[in-house]
Amino acid sequence: MTTTPTKGAGVATKKPARLARSGDWARRMPLLPALILVFFVTQLPFVFTIGASFMNWNAYYPDERGFGGIANYKTVLTDPSARKAIWVTVLLTAAVVLISLFLGLLIALLLDRKFFGQGIVRTMMITPFLIVPVAAALLWKHALYNPEYGLFNGLLTKIFGEDAPQPDWISDHPMWSIIFAIVWQWTPFMMLILLAGLQSRPMDVVEAARIDGASPWQIFTNMTLPHLRPYMELSGLLGTIYVVQNFDHVFTITGGGLGTANLPYYIYQTFYTGQDYGLASAAGVVVVILTIFVATVALRTVFSIFREEQR
Amino acid sequence: MSGKTLSTGQVENVHKQPRSGVILSITAWVVGLMFVSPVLWMILTSFHSEPDAATNPPSFGAPLTLEGYRSFFESGPWPSLINSVMASVVSTLLVLVLAFPAAYALSIRPVRKWSDVLFFLLSTKFLPIVAGLLPIYLFAKKVGMLDNIWLLIVFYTVMNLPIAIWMLRSFLAEVPSEMLEAAEVDGAGLILTLRKVVAPVVMPGLASAALICFIFSWNELLFARVLTGTVSQTAPVYLTGFVTSQGLFLAKVCAASLVVSLPVLVAGFAAQDKLVQGLSMGAVR
Repeated sequence: MTTTPTKGAGVATKKPARLARSGDWARRMPLLPALILVFFVTQLPFVFTIGASFMNWNAYYPDERGFGGIANYKTVLTDPSARKAIWVTVLLTAAVVLISLFLGLLIALLLDRKFFGQGIVRTMMITPFLIVPVAAALLWKHALYNPEYGLFNGLLTKIFGEDAPQPDWISDHPMWSIIFAIVWQWTPFMMLILLAGLQSRPMDVVEAARIDGASPWQIFTNMTLPHLRPYMELSGLLGTIYVVQNFDHVFTITGGGLGTANLPYYIYQTFYTGQDYGLASAAGVVVVILTIFVATVALRTVFSIFREEQR
Repeated sequence: MSGKTLSTGQVENVHKQPRSGVILSITAWVVGLMFVSPVLWMILTSFHSEPDAATNPPSFGAPLTLEGYRSFFESGPWPSLINSVMASVVSTLLVLVLAFPAAYALSIRPVRKWSDVLFFLLSTKFLPIVAGLLPIYLFAKKVGMLDNIWLLIVFYTVMNLPIAIWMLRSFLAEVPSEMLEAAEVDGAGLILTLRKVVAPVVMPGLASAALICFIFSWNELLFARVLTGTVSQTAPVYLTGFVTSQGLFLAKVCAASLVVSLPVLVAGFAAQDKLVQGLSMGAVR
């Protein structure tokens, strides 16, 4: 991270002044294709979504299409299933991110030592993240959670014999079933970033502290944790962005049933099955507002990390 | 990655406390095995016959067979696998072709307000893509692009473009400006400068960006499900339609899940360090 505006200006002044104007455009040209594409595919549709959210628009009743005011927003904020979806999104995201961040930190600390088979253990840890999310959700639903032949109940039978309890994991704990399936995939993500953070610690300073008589716990709380803070924030926030949008696990494991429909699933269902374009759009705007809330914090953090690296 | 070289302090630490060191090492192994065990179970089940795959208690030592793989490949997955390869490989290439010049214009020859542009690109990643689902679907329907793999290719390209630009920019920013100036003084052209000065620094960044874009577009389900039909469905969509079959299907599902995950597993294992750079958009090396 060495690029600063001053450096850019330094290069620019080398050019003759009469070329400055055309130089501006020569500089912009390489950027334009990407920028235009991003604008048209990510920004324009959203403007459309905002417009549609104020419309009475159900594809099943094309004749009734028209301006609907804030009716859709009223529905999103009062309809029990929509409110539930907002709550589920918050709960799911918070639970997954906090649990996988905590586990990721513990495992990163375990792996940040030299021991026999370090590389193998690290590779084993990464594996869950490299399973395609739908495939992972299918694996958990059918091969692990299934009450009759899933591995969990199979192991219970193996250990405790015929009288072993055989819970129906998904029906009894639908939210936790989804949460743990996602945690299994995201803990490696958190672990990877935190491990990179741990390994970038200035070890000479830690060594000096140890010689001065600091206990391992003192070193951890006073040196390791503060050093890890930006890495924890980065992994937590990136994790949040991805988990807020989770669709695959909810869709596969419960099909949105048993009170587990989150906002992405609710939008998918309202739009795809219910064909209520207006309501789906209003729900989309709500998701965006929710994430902007997180994003304002997130952007600031990410920028501070990049800035720190510049020094 | 700097982490590969462990400092002497850590090594000494292991020697100083052999007993707790052994316990920690065993704990690390146990945790690693716990995390990988669902995958190992999936691999074992995929090689079992359907009746053996669905027993309680589990039959770990049942005879191995390729039945699950045979019935998966007989169900006709090839069109969806080829679609997935198309969508992820072509979109990854497009991302690199578009992102490199953009990253160049944001670092080496920066436009004015380049940090605002970067900020804008990042902010698009915070917009949940699900909010764009309806407009993109309606647009595709209007222009007759539904169930067309090129629609997904364009969508995945744009979805991953901001990440790739961020990553490549962070690598390009490390090209020493003295070397660029020296190349200019020596009269080296743009192509020569790119090849001799820029490429060596930015190659690892290109690899990380390619890896992460490939994984994200290979994994994507929601848009693929809404925007494709029978012709251009991708492998994840094909997987979701797999379980509706009656009777025993566990070995077949495990085989299918493994086959579909294989490209990501191979790419991810081959480039573990690139994975960290990619996931953190170049912030963590």
